[in-house]
Amino acid sequence: MTLAYILVFVIIAAVLGVATRKSGRLPLLLAISAMAVYALQPTLPVRGLDFWLPTLTLGLAVLSWVLTTPHQQRIWRNNWPGMAILGGIVLLLGLTRYMGISLPLTASNPPLVQEILVFLAILCAAGFLLWRFTQPGKLILSAAFLIVIFIFLLLKVPALSNWVSQVLRGWNGQSVSLASPLDLRWLGFSYIAFRLLHTFRDRQTGRLPAVSLSEYVVYIIFFPALSAGPIDRIERFVGDLRQPLSLTSEDYGEAGKRLVMGLFKKFVIADTLGLVALNATNAMQVHSSGWAWILLYAYAFQIYFDFSGYTDIAIGLGRLLGIKLPENFNAPYLKPNLTQFWNNWHMTLTQWFRAYYFNPVTRALRSGKKKLPIPSMVLLTQLSTMILIGLWHGVSWNFVAWGVWHGLGLFFHNRWSGWTKGRFAMLPMYWQKVLNAGGVLLTFHFVAIGWVFFALPSLSISGQFLQTLAGLR
Amino acid sequence: MSGSFFRNVVLKGLALFLIINLVFVAVNSDALGRISLYNRVFKGRPRFPFGEDPGQSYNLSIFNLDAMFASLAIAAGPKPSNEYRVLVIGDSSTWGILLHPTETLAGQLDGAGLSMCGKTVRVYNLGYPTISLTKDLMVLDYAMRYEPDLIIWPMTLEAFPLDSQLTSPIVANNASRVDGLISRYKLPLNPADPALMHPSFWDQTLIGQRRSIADLFRLQMYGVLWSATGIDQSYPVDYAHAQTDLVSDVTYHGMQPPALDKSKLAFSILEAGLRAAGKTPVLIVNEPILVSSGKNSTLRYNFYYPRWAYDQWRQLMDQKAASQGWDYLDLWNLVPADQFTNSAIHVTPAGEARMAGSVENTILQQSCP
Repeated sequence: MTLAYILVFVIIAAVLGVATRKSGRLPLLLAISAMAVYALQPTLPVRGLDFWLPTLTLGLAVLSWVLTTPHQQRIWRNNWPGMAILGGIVLLLGLTRYMGISLPLTASNPPLVQEILVFLAILCAAGFLLWRFTQPGKLILSAAFLIVIFIFLLLKVPALSNWVSQVLRGWNGQSVSLASPLDLRWLGFSYIAFRLLHTFRDRQTGRLPAVSLSEYVVYIIFFPALSAGPIDRIERFVGDLRQPLSLTSEDYGEAGKRLVMGLFKKFVIADTLGLVALNATNAMQVHSSGWAWILLYAYAFQIYFDFSGYTDIAIGLGRLLGIKLPENFNAPYLKPNLTQFWNNWHMTLTQWFRAYYFNPVTRALRSGKKKLPIPSMVLLTQLSTMILIGLWHGVSWNFVAWGVWHGLGLFFHNRWSGWTKGRFAMLPMYWQKVLNAGGVLLTFHFVAIGWVFFALPSLSISGQFLQTLAGLR
Repeated sequence: MSGSFFRNVVLKGLALFLIINLVFVAVNSDALGRISLYNRVFKGRPRFPFGEDPGQSYNLSIFNLDAMFASLAIAAGPKPSNEYRVLVIGDSSTWGILLHPTETLAGQLDGAGLSMCGKTVRVYNLGYPTISLTKDLMVLDYAMRYEPDLIIWPMTLEAFPLDSQLTSPIVANNASRVDGLISRYKLPLNPADPALMHPSFWDQTLIGQRRSIADLFRLQMYGVLWSATGIDQSYPVDYAHAQTDLVSDVTYHGMQPPALDKSKLAFSILEAGLRAAGKTPVLIVNEPILVSSGKNSTLRYNFYYPRWAYDQWRQLMDQKAASQGWDYLDLWNLVPADQFTNSAIHVTPAGEARMAGSVENTILQQSCP
């Protein structure tokens, strides 16, 4: 998200916050969030794709609402305005092709309007069939779950992305030899996927509240949290959305504070650190261990300030719209152990994995016929959770290595804290403070070394850089 | 928090903003450039900050002369008593486009382990990649505070035309310094020339200076990568080589053969440089140029020079040097054509070594004070 977009969003959020006190917040939020999906989508070299991917986002959200909504709650008269708004926006944006001026609402010139109409017709037909003939049962929701995972893999596995790009280029009559995994940069899909999967799973377990189409789609594509989270829970989000909008001066003060902090973190601190942060080029150029650590520290703080800055901006924008988005970071680098680090770094992501992977797997292992010893169970669950979080960032061996590094770290911390339980409580306060400070330093450096796998593109470069860090190169 | 609280915050913020801007105008913002992490946290650079691709070269072009000098190794501290200090000023060929710092003329001379008058010869590169004698004079004038024992001044005809003295961005953006040089040395340049960018009041405020302040900050940040990698320039594997097939046009800066108009050349600026150097000896070097043998090479030497103009300028330089007692070294055809890189004045490390060999002898012939 550029500074210009953020400033436009601040103005829009402030105006919406004032103008929709009595009514109209939901349809306006839906319309603006839908337009933001197009506006924030980066330009792609495959012709038309930067229009079709946002359209698919909206289509997926609508179909997912149908799938997760019990038949008796799919009431046409309550939900047609939401569909009309979304369909109208897709068509209007498509028509900008014929206006003769370039608006910053779509990444490039939209496709022909007849192509858009055909796409919308197919989407309507699919929606109608699902609406008419399905119930949100276990089987169909599991299928939807797998489809989202499948799309995710298409986007994140470089070989698959390349293949999809070749197919799309072939259809468009573009050069297949220029295909690249970067051709499929789908704005915010990682976060959209998490929200969709959360609603599928909660429908399966019966925890999903009844929500309208507009509420569901706004939850999925809420523009402040579209590109970098946080990943809210739908019942909490819709709860805020249904409250009457009455912003107090405290709300404005808090929103302003978070926005200023977020802008400062992102555009002053993170972007400055970005000039000198570790990357694939300078990793191979640095000639001493000391400077290699400096580059790594710069990367560690850049990624924190970048991400937490965006979160602050999202929370500030949400606050102006009466939505209290969840916190994502709580001074993670000041935590004395790795478990606490992960309880305070990208909190909404870890909570998601805890709710939908770690806890169910742990429960399944505990209740299984053949019980594993506790340490093996902890190792298996920690390791697999962290590898999955790594793979969410990108399907490559480097992210697997990053996941293994953290999974093993969490396992060892689990065992260590079990062993030391009660042993250090007897120590004088001074020594406990020393241990705590040592823990903060150790945890930070453990996390920082893990960033090597995150920042660099291959295991070979990561290995060479780790040697430089250790003074072996 | 009430409405009056927000109103007070806004009013106080505006007042502070106004005061800070006015204070910024009152104190010379150029002085900010003297605050530098180079030579303190980071090692000093071996040549001026210059670069158009900071992400690869870990270097960037700025116009604040204080900051440029403060980033150099020469600004590390007082001159050691056992140092014979040589400064090399000049254009991009002195700075060393496509050359590592040790491969430049200054780098090769510095690495030669020379001794003069019982002192170790240390050679500093003060070249900057634009061609203008006024720019060279500005650098030389500033550099005199570093107490040089000898100044080497490589130059070429392209630095002489009066019509292009002020168009170099570093000259244009240092209008007050250039004004000072014009009045001090009675230079044949117009202080009201539109090329010189005299900042307005608003340009001098914090807001007006935001870009240059950000650049100063970025220069400090790139000190990390400079220190970590030793890289201050990007070295493309492949680049366009200097033209050897040339156009048939023989005009030179609007001048037609047969006679080169001496009044349109900046000899007075060269003489001002010699005056600025005071008692410090100056070795003037006519730097090597590419002598092409391609198309139209009977009319032109290279992209820059028609033969007639360059030959006449060399004669003028010879005459001036003889009549005014300049220490002058004409190396125009010292480097063979295959030793030029991406320009008719940029040479390979081997070409620089040839040049260094010739200059080295002249350094060693200097008399001791």
